[in-house]
Amino acid sequence: MLIKNKTGFFQRFYLVEILKGLAITKKHFLKNLFGKTVTIQYPEERRQYSDRFRGMHYIKATNGVENCTACMLCPTVCPAECIHIVAGERPDKEKYPVKFEIDVLRCCFCGMCEEACPKDAIKLSTIYEMSVAQRTVYTKDYLLEQRGNK
Amino acid sequence: MSSMTLLDWAILVGKCVITTLIMLQIAPIMAWVERRGSALMQNRLGPNRIGPFGLLQSLCDGVKFIFKEDPVPGHVNAFYYVLAPLVSLVPAFMTFAVIPWAAPLELGDRTITFQVANLNVGLLYIFAIASLGVYGIIMAGWASNNKYSLLGSLRSSCQMISYELSMGLSVVGILMVFSSVNLTDIALAQGQTLLQLGPVAIPKWGFFVQPLGFLIFCTAAFAETNRLPFDLPEGESEIVAGYHLEYGSMKFAVFMMAEYVNMFTASGLMATLYFGGFQLLPGMSQLHEAIGGGAGIMAALQAASFFAKVAFFMWFFVWVRWTLPRFRYDQLMDLGWKVMLPLSLLNIFLTGALMYAKVI
Ligand code: SF4
Ligand code: SF4
Repeated sequence: MLIKNKTGFFQRFYLVEILKGLAITKKHFLKNLFGKTVTIQYPEERRQYSDRFRGMHYIKATNGVENCTACMLCPTVCPAECIHIVAGERPDKEKYPVKFEIDVLRCCFCGMCEEACPKDAIKLSTIYEMSVAQRTVYTKDYLLEQRGNK
Repeated sequence: MSSMTLLDWAILVGKCVITTLIMLQIAPIMAWVERRGSALMQNRLGPNRIGPFGLLQSLCDGVKFIFKEDPVPGHVNAFYYVLAPLVSLVPAFMTFAVIPWAAPLELGDRTITFQVANLNVGLLYIFAIASLGVYGIIMAGWASNNKYSLLGSLRSSCQMISYELSMGLSVVGILMVFSSVNLTDIALAQGQTLLQLGPVAIPKWGFFVQPLGFLIFCTAAFAETNRLPFDLPEGESEIVAGYHLEYGSMKFAVFMMAEYVNMFTASGLMATLYFGGFQLLPGMSQLHEAIGGGAGIMAALQAASFFAKVAFFMWFFVWVRWTLPRFRYDQLMDLGWKVMLPLSLLNIFLTGALMYAKVI
């Protein structure tokens, strides 16, 4: 369909419109040349996310022992079913996870595990650079690195 | 020329070398200016990783171009395929030879002109050589043996021929006013004062006596150099990369270089014909008096003014490119034949009438 736009008399000479356009680009050019651009220089600068950001998981530890008691609430609540725990018993009869694995490729970072945990054990840190070259399953040892301060 | 001494030859060769070196720097510098400039206009930063402000990016690009594989596709006409980039680059280099960067300098019994050749047909020479550049593009399109390349080169030649007409007619006004085709004479004549408004003297620059002519010339220059908004020879969505579709590596870089060198020549022409060429920028003559410099300093200041003007027009090319959307092909032809051509004819009559009335 041919849409005819009404052009004003002066617009048809192009010139005024071209000058207006040039003024706009000049404005942006000067603003960015002397002012601050909105671009974040990524590897050197990083965006500041809020503390509630849900990134890479970790299991909180107290005195070097994980808080988790393998209560199985988080694998139950997890909508992606990506947490796999094998429970065991310590000599002092306390339950603990022998194996704690998160298949992070299935995880949707909903944060339900964090909310469900009665022991304040599983947490989501603010780390968002998680790209890797192969499929990863976070093991217990890896998850025990303390990555955040939640 | 039997009368040329060894010194004359040395001066001539020196001027050739300097001019060529300047021209060779144009493409990398402009590539950088274009990227950073466009980025800033679009609220981005552009390449800023390599070297201070990303200045070494162009160097890296050059190295990349040189080390890329440079195959000649099997379906092309190899001879013309290889020849085409050269045919578009060499005229671009040749045209700048007659544009003066400073007034002739008297040193003893010797007059040194600041251009490679002070031809008395300077302007005609430029038009003659510049129109050779289109052969490179046609050759590239034809030798590539590819429908997109051919369409691109056809468009390009069509556009160039159409706009060369109005370009040629638009400078007729300048020739009438300054009664010369020698670029040095034209630039010298622009040193006169056109109007004295109190303390401000408006010089007799081409722009002030030929505003319409400048407008036409400027627009035609954009079309001649295939720059946006008239970059019809290439078109991602219609004809891919146009005439240089089959080119890669350094051969492609040569086409790009030709484009920038053409821009440089067009800017030089605009500065020489319409903005006083090497005539000093406002304030510079006071500066010359203040430091009490001699003829040598004067020549340096003139060269500085000339290159400042050229730099402005180079920047103008970039500025316009990132401001305006491109024309459709039929709009381009409409503008060329139905608007620019009549206007340039009108300009000639207007100039004649004004000269008859002794206004200019
Ligand atoms: S963040 Fe959500 S999907 Fe990921 S492990 Fe926790 S509950 Fe499962
Ligand atoms: S909910 Fe907390 S305590 Fe329970 S298994 Fe998960 S991490 Fe361990």
